[in-house]
Amino acid sequence: MNPLAAALRKDLLLQWRTRAQFVAVFVFGASALLLFSFASGPDSGALRQHAAGFLWLGLMLSSTLALADSFESEMAQRALEGLLLLPAEPRALYYGKAIANVLQLTLLGAGLVPLMVVLYDVSTARVPALLGVIFLGAAGLSAPGTLYSAMTAQLRARNTLLPLLLFPLVVPALLGAVKATALLLLGDPMGQLGSWVSLLVAFDLIYWSLCGLLFERVVED
Amino acid sequence: MGRKPWPFVVAGFGLLLLAWGTIWGLAFAPKEVYMGDVQRIMYVHVPTAWNTMLVLTFAFGCAVVSLLRGGWAWDARLEAAVEAGVVMSILVCIQGSIWARPTWGVWWDWDPRLTTTAVLVFAFGAILALRQFVDDPVKRAVWSAVAVVIAYVDVPLVYYSVRWWNSLHQVQSTPQTVSRAFHWPLRINAFGVLFLMIGVIALRARVAFLRREGELAPPQPSPAAVGAGGAR
Amino acid sequence: MTTPLAVETAGLSRRYGRRWALSDVSLGIEAGSVVMLAGRNGSGKSTLLRVLATALRPDHGTARVAGHDVRHEREAIRREVALLAHQSFLYEALTARENLHVAASFLGRGAEADLIARVGLAGRADDPVASFSAGMRKRLALARVLLQDASVVLLDEPYGELDPPGFDLLDGAIAELRARGATVIMATHLVERGRRLCDRALLLEDGRLAWSGAAAAMPTAAHVGE
Repeated sequence: MNPLAAALRKDLLLQWRTRAQFVAVFVFGASALLLFSFASGPDSGALRQHAAGFLWLGLMLSSTLALADSFESEMAQRALEGLLLLPAEPRALYYGKAIANVLQLTLLGAGLVPLMVVLYDVSTARVPALLGVIFLGAAGLSAPGTLYSAMTAQLRARNTLLPLLLFPLVVPALLGAVKATALLLLGDPMGQLGSWVSLLVAFDLIYWSLCGLLFERVVED
Repeated sequence: MGRKPWPFVVAGFGLLLLAWGTIWGLAFAPKEVYMGDVQRIMYVHVPTAWNTMLVLTFAFGCAVVSLLRGGWAWDARLEAAVEAGVVMSILVCIQGSIWARPTWGVWWDWDPRLTTTAVLVFAFGAILALRQFVDDPVKRAVWSAVAVVIAYVDVPLVYYSVRWWNSLHQVQSTPQTVSRAFHWPLRINAFGVLFLMIGVIALRARVAFLRREGELAPPQPSPAAVGAGGAR
Repeated sequence: MTTPLAVETAGLSRRYGRRWALSDVSLGIEAGSVVMLAGRNGSGKSTLLRVLATALRPDHGTARVAGHDVRHEREAIRREVALLAHQSFLYEALTARENLHVAASFLGRGAEADLIARVGLAGRADDPVASFSAGMRKRLALARVLLQDASVVLLDEPYGELDPPGFDLLDGAIAELRARGATVIMATHLVERGRRLCDRALLLEDGRLAWSGAAAAMPTAAHVGE
């Protein structure tokens, strides 16, 4: 079996087995969206304006939980090290985990969309495009997120360090995703969607290659 | 890393230049037509901003060399450069606020360069935090080098994304061009900050290097005699 | 004509912070031999095995395993070496069968159906490892090692969590590995058992090689500390 396929299969199986944790992360994201609406107030105009931002903030906060979870099973009994010693290529292990994380985060984001529609009174006819943007944004979170999650899983202050390292880094992806989502929800009279999506794609391409290269240094002695 | 005094000399020279440039800029340079005396903050703000990017680029260089070749010297320089970068980024943000408040009545104007610098404070500050939590010196060196590479590559991305984001709402901005009359004090200060920074970073790197030596086991004592049976 | 060396080290050293866990270790282990690695807790046995398995890099000195250098030819060594460590390398959320399947998928071969039965876990093959006792995890980890079909097998205190039937299982596995021509290095506190099973023995003290020779001539228990 191709190492990447083996890694992806392993990670998807692990995610399926720990799906209860995913549900908990989803509930966390949903409550974040609810809290944002309370913090913002019942003014429906303001809620509609900020719906995209709230969705992505909720997703970003939940992502730290999901990403941290993704390496817990690898570190508990040193399973990741065990795979490296078989030998398994570090790059394959990285991409397997990162892809599984993107899928999970996309699912999370897609799951939060109905909540966003209800709480903030927005919607769009362009559902595939919205899912596409969620996918690209999730990919932006997943690439550096998987790398840093592998790093911080080996440290004491992992729960604080992961968001600390990740959040400043993903600002371009956040901006791109929020803007693109807002344009899909509220209308795009000047046709700017393309440039924001390009920004997301550029971010994704750069970080998916860079982090794949650097992963080995993070998990090997 | 030696005990040579050159960093003190360079830093001292830098301070002199900085004093000269600042006094010139504050007291003797012509007043700017539209903004008045407030504009004089540019004499420290612009040099600090230039040098911040310079030192972070140096940190990136140290990170690449550290990953490719290893060794404590480059890790020590990386630590010093990232620290200096964070401090200077914070200064840039403070200076930017000092300028923005009397000019636009707000503490922050979302100017792309300034906003990018604010993001840098957090991105590189996080790397300093990371270093605090990694006990093993080898891992600390490798991981912070990885983190610096990742953060540095992000800089242009952050800048362009903020610029596009801001351009939709742009009302105020920090002046990008500086007219000729202001060039000299600016250049003097730029070099002043540069030399001061070089001196401080060299000294700080020395401290980091010595700390590394303190963290690691001393060279091994000579081997004890092997018992009956020999090595094979 | 000397037998080729499965393992040879010269001046091998590894530190953890301020402490040298391995200090100037020079040894040679002939291919096909079964070697006992003895020493007190903290004497460096696990560290040595991990360096030989390429899980750790040495700080000084050299080491060659199965003819390859531990610093520069890690992948080649990993294909030849299997490590049974304190941590089980298992995924707690997956079943025993699934864990072996994951390992097999990276080894590029199928998981042998009878391995789980061989280690006495046939009845629990489809239960998650999280529900296993420490001894059962050890058995599964052993199955994982046997799956790798390695020429150099490193066992780090393998008898640790096992019950008496487990001891026999392990002894049988070692005999089989020997019959196959594999080299086995076993770190253990059970010196008596080691004397019976092993050809040679190495004694580590404070990270240094204090004694090496025939297993039967191993210094008494008082010297190695139980």
